[in-house]
Amino acid sequence: MPEKPIQGEKRMFVTGNEVVAWAALAAGAEIMYGYPITPQNEIMHYWTRMIPKYGRRFLQTEDELSAGFTTVGGVLAGRRAFTATAGPGNTLMQEPISMAEAMRLPIVVVVQQRGGPSTATVIYSQQEVTLTTLGGNGEGLRVVYSTATHQELFDYTIKSFNTAWKYRFPTFVLGDGYQAKMRESLMFYDPAERGIEMVPTDAYVGRPGMPGVDRAPTHMRNTYNMEEELYDVLQGYLADFAKAAPEIAEHEAFDTEDADLVIISHGVVSRACKMAVRELREQGYKVGYFRPITLRPMPEKAMREMAGKAKQLLVVESAQGQLDRLVKEVIYGSTAEMLSLFKPGVGVTSEEVITRVKEIKG
Amino acid sequence: MGKPIKIVLAGEGGQGVQSVAEILAEAANEKGREALYIPNFGVEQRGGVSVAYLQIGDEKIGAPKFQTADIVIALSDRAVTRTRKYVGPETVFVYDSGIENIKDELPTNTNKIYAIPAIEVSKKELHPRVFNVIIMGAVLKATGVVAMDDAKKAIEKKLGYKFEKNPELREMNFKAMDRGAELVADLS
Amino acid sequence: MTVQPAMPKCWRVETKPHKFCPGCGHGLVLKALGQAIDELGIQDKVVFGCDIGCSLLSWDFFNVDTIQTHHGRTNPVVTGIKRANPDVICVAYMGDGGGYAIGSQHLVSSATRNERITAILVNNTQYGMTGGQMAPTTMPGQKTETSPYGRDADTTGSPTQGPEMVAAIAPEGAYVARGSVANMKQLKNYIKKALENQMAGNGFSFVEALSLCPTNWRTNAKDTWKFLEEDMYKYFKVGELKVPGPREKEGQ
Repeated sequence: MPEKPIQGEKRMFVTGNEVVAWAALAAGAEIMYGYPITPQNEIMHYWTRMIPKYGRRFLQTEDELSAGFTTVGGVLAGRRAFTATAGPGNTLMQEPISMAEAMRLPIVVVVQQRGGPSTATVIYSQQEVTLTTLGGNGEGLRVVYSTATHQELFDYTIKSFNTAWKYRFPTFVLGDGYQAKMRESLMFYDPAERGIEMVPTDAYVGRPGMPGVDRAPTHMRNTYNMEEELYDVLQGYLADFAKAAPEIAEHEAFDTEDADLVIISHGVVSRACKMAVRELREQGYKVGYFRPITLRPMPEKAMREMAGKAKQLLVVESAQGQLDRLVKEVIYGSTAEMLSLFKPGVGVTSEEVITRVKEIKG
Repeated sequence: MGKPIKIVLAGEGGQGVQSVAEILAEAANEKGREALYIPNFGVEQRGGVSVAYLQIGDEKIGAPKFQTADIVIALSDRAVTRTRKYVGPETVFVYDSGIENIKDELPTNTNKIYAIPAIEVSKKELHPRVFNVIIMGAVLKATGVVAMDDAKKAIEKKLGYKFEKNPELREMNFKAMDRGAELVADLS
Repeated sequence: MTVQPAMPKCWRVETKPHKFCPGCGHGLVLKALGQAIDELGIQDKVVFGCDIGCSLLSWDFFNVDTIQTHHGRTNPVVTGIKRANPDVICVAYMGDGGGYAIGSQHLVSSATRNERITAILVNNTQYGMTGGQMAPTTMPGQKTETSPYGRDADTTGSPTQGPEMVAAIAPEGAYVARGSVANMKQLKNYIKKALENQMAGNGFSFVEALSLCPTNWRTNAKDTWKFLEEDMYKYFKVGELKVPGPREKEGQ
């Protein structure tokens, strides 16, 4: 039995991509499949350097279609399997992810968002929100965690394996190029030492016994002959998703109780918003902070309650309204004025958020 | 609560600005302080201006990038042009005095502008290889974000394996750092 | 429900008669595969992946763990399974469109990486399930729904020589053959060798099976066999193209 990758608590100062590789190791991920694309490459680099010591595996595939479908295969074999991608790779990855949705396969995908559309930049964006939450030719039956710090990148990478295997929906860690490449401090830990129990995996194919004699053969399909067959299957899935949603949904908020204006953001942009809210509060502005951590499912109850109290909602994101659309869907009927600070493909600083709020408040 | 010190370092690829930022960030982290370092990166593996964003403080750092830096260090003509936008009334702007034809490009709205002969000193007194360490010394002196000794420890940690083979290299690096500090001290 | 006496043991009786059109070659290829599985005694070890196209209708064909995948993606799915659990014996079952068109990059890469999987590709010279469009394997002059005046090789290319390509690019250890449903004993032997090659851990194994599609060929029984044995044999040569190790000569 190889030793545990992480023993005790360890303060680290590393890039986000290295954080993901370590977290996957700590979570007991057994195999990664991947295809090179910036800015996620170093996840594969660190993973491939570390795995011989811990008896884990890696396959570099011919493209992201294959990376996604081999990950599907890894999960079918009963392994904690994951892949990582970005931008145009995420576009291709939607095909295998839709198969995972159709067959309730617990694949884990780490996305380090880059600029879009098309090849755009390899640097940063929050433009893969729509694709990651609702991509594929289906109903968005997936879980998406949007992280903001290296600590969260570590925590939620571990958590994503548990969410995926508990609920059997494909699960994403939605990071970005900034988080991928920057260095900051965080604590590494072994999940077991923190009392985090890893949800056990089991194999869909290749289980012991003679199929048709000792056990039923596994016969899994994603194709149906009749509309009604599909409808029935989807009704079951949708009911499961609706039931799981309140258990999965997470958010972070402060100063919303008495706020006239609440700033809504997600991921790394919420760091700028958090700073801005603190500074504006010091200056006497009645502003609040709300951040969905899960973008799919959304923290609907908390968001509706917040929107019911605020007079104005300012959505800030490094995209042209991708979060904004998700928010509006949730708070439909709220009378709060919707305001925005959209910077597609570009980082947002706290200075910009403060300027925007002051512009609104006159 | 104090705000973190915000530093922008920019130079030509190969001038070593990323290493400087990384070592400073690690030195701060080793002392239990909070640091956030992010390089710029693009599709070009080589060429282009290399920019490092570094913040050091006592609490978790906020957004990885910022509008206005406390100190900007530009080491080439293109780097001067590129980093002007990070300069505000409180910013200390440091550039290499060896850069030619940039008078018109220099920011005007700053707190202080220092021209330091780092390239010249590295060539004449030490070795072009330690140019970036001279810059590190200058940054340390100008900002005090990390104690000189702690930065030396961080260099030791990073390059110790090279120093083992060639102790002169250690001497040269540490001397470069001290010289960098002197260059700034001379100006203030 | 009548049960054919020659039905392989690993076939799933409950799902017979199968879902393929009358006269379809899939049943024959799957019979050869079933016999090979029975003879090797590996029913409990096989994981069968089937593609989109008519091959998907085999998703509940065997008493064998089965995954129906996406069009062209069966090779990567079973590759993922094999990489994660090398103890199983993986079969990727696809048509000519899945293997040579939409999934060609996966076939090429599985072959060059010498993945320890067995790919069985059914060549019936057109897209069956979608209604008989031109496929990479459609022969010059052959009429299909998207080549209604006959395939023009000048503008649409010539039939893909799949096993020839795989044999050329796969490393030592790979097994490559082209069989035909007109010679069931030979086809079964090729598939058996392909499975054995995987079990021995030698490398990728690939069998193209020339098959029948009277529905889309619009042929009667006699003309169906004629189409296969006269027309298709002109373009697609039956035989072993690559046999690992010392058996290389035997395959020539």
